[in-house]
Amino acid sequence: MSFDYSASLGNTRFENPIFTASGCASSGRELSQFFDIRQLGAIVTKSIMVKPRSGRATPRMAETPSGMLNSIGLQGPGVDIFLEKDIPWLLEQNVPTVVSIAGESVEDYAVLARKMRGISGLKALEVNISCPNVENRGQVFACNSTTARAAIEAVRRNIGGELPIIAKLTPDVTNIVEIAEEVVAAGADGLALINTVLGMVIDTNTMRPKLAGKTGGLSGPAIRPVAVRAIYQVHAALPHVSILGMGGVSNGRDALELILAGASAVSIGTANFGNPSATMLVKRELEELLISKGFSSLKEAVGYAHRAEQL
Amino acid sequence: MNKFAEQVVAEVVSNKRVGAYHHMVLSVGDLANHAKPGNFVAISVGGAGSSMVLRRAFAIYRATGRESGVGYIELVVAPHGQGSTWLTSRSAGDGVDLVGPLGTAFGIPTQPVRALLVGGGYGSAPLFGLSEVLKSRGCRVDMVLGASSAMKIYAPLEGKRSVNSLTITTDDGSTGIPGKVSDVIPELIENNQIDIIYSCGPMGMLEAITKIAVEKDVMHQCAIEESMACGIGICMTCVLPIKGEDGVIRMLRSCIDGPVVNGENVIWDSNREIPEGTWGAL
Repeated sequence: MSFDYSASLGNTRFENPIFTASGCASSGRELSQFFDIRQLGAIVTKSIMVKPRSGRATPRMAETPSGMLNSIGLQGPGVDIFLEKDIPWLLEQNVPTVVSIAGESVEDYAVLARKMRGISGLKALEVNISCPNVENRGQVFACNSTTARAAIEAVRRNIGGELPIIAKLTPDVTNIVEIAEEVVAAGADGLALINTVLGMVIDTNTMRPKLAGKTGGLSGPAIRPVAVRAIYQVHAALPHVSILGMGGVSNGRDALELILAGASAVSIGTANFGNPSATMLVKRELEELLISKGFSSLKEAVGYAHRAEQL
Repeated sequence: MNKFAEQVVAEVVSNKRVGAYHHMVLSVGDLANHAKPGNFVAISVGGAGSSMVLRRAFAIYRATGRESGVGYIELVVAPHGQGSTWLTSRSAGDGVDLVGPLGTAFGIPTQPVRALLVGGGYGSAPLFGLSEVLKSRGCRVDMVLGASSAMKIYAPLEGKRSVNSLTITTDDGSTGIPGKVSDVIPELIENNQIDIIYSCGPMGMLEAITKIAVEKDVMHQCAIEESMACGIGICMTCVLPIKGEDGVIRMLRSCIDGPVVNGENVIWDSNREIPEGTWGAL
């Protein structure tokens, strides 16, 4: 019997469940030097904004125990240059592509969705409503169910067609299930869980925050239990909504943990920094683990940790 | 992106303490053949399951053994953090996960020129290989090395032989001329009619050299040192503001567009802020 490694997010099928995480693989070119990126379930691009963006000042990074704090501030070329340079390259490589978009206003999300609707060949759209590195925390749409809903509705209204939309949420809220229910009601086909966790490092030599942006997003193995918890809670409440899981996955065992909690596919982020071929390692190890545990398909294992509660 | 970059398990061939530093030789195979002065490598530290999740970047001191399939990369490592201390405690025969060669290289002039090489602390490492290349092109090479104290000057014997003159400065005067490298550079430029400065070391030193180079109207290529998470262009943490040929300032990745850049194009005094007018600034 052959093992079925395919994954589904909404109605879209992927050859395998291992994706890159947005902001951790640029637009694919750099990693393509280290492995065949067509072997990925999908590449999720960095979050694209309406206009070019310099990002935040430096220092932007601090290593932390089993993780890192970053404050990039969504540096990028803006949607027009992205559509002119990065998208044609990705489609030419024939790599399954999920574009991530981020806005500063509801109108930005509408504009970005309209720009994306014309592109044939995209597999899905990730709507990043939870980047922690914006000037005003009030602008983190996913911190509030009203703004989260407005951003997703704007995308839903403007995207047209069949392209599934995946809302990326932050764990930095009192009740992530409530936000998840809100964005699904607004038209999200899937959820990306989780974005980084807001943190701070103080340099004890200068005795000031180490990052120029003061706060940053914590990522890496340090946040994996937070990801597992968020995925588990949301999958329990919304078992029919696909989850793209992420947060500190660097090997097959870690990926299995997220799958068992309820993720249908898994994104690799910070692990790419430490190991450019991390995605291929996770892909190989996860498949071996699933087979060794007797699963005949990936889909059988999705949410398997919930089974005791369903008895 | 350096098109020759690959990920290999490198074997530690030797690891010797030299003053405050460790001189390490790693067997890396073919990639050594593509390493140029100024390039760097990114090494995974701490072993499997380590809490240190990011690679550490090290300038290549020398690349040798150029027969097919056999190649060595030499590094000069200062064990001042947890990661570099782990690396310097490796023994011969141990394997380390290495990505390289990465980044840009020092530009080598086509004509014989008069070059001044300036290194701060272990920043002197890539300058000896550069000196050998420049000498082979018929250039005159003068070198200045500076550090806080004598222990922190890295100047091996074979390195000293590859230059026409060597000037040493230390902050505490424990060897050479007391003071900073920038104290002695103006006179060296005048006396030796320097055409180009190549430098590597702490950012403050590179900024000071840039000022002198601009004043004296001498070209200046420097290898910058920004903290990096990945070394391969995907994390966007190692950026710094650099003015392009079109006059526009952009936040460029020091791992891809650097580490070697033209000193006068760098906006050195941005001090934890995005310089006004930078492309995409809010």
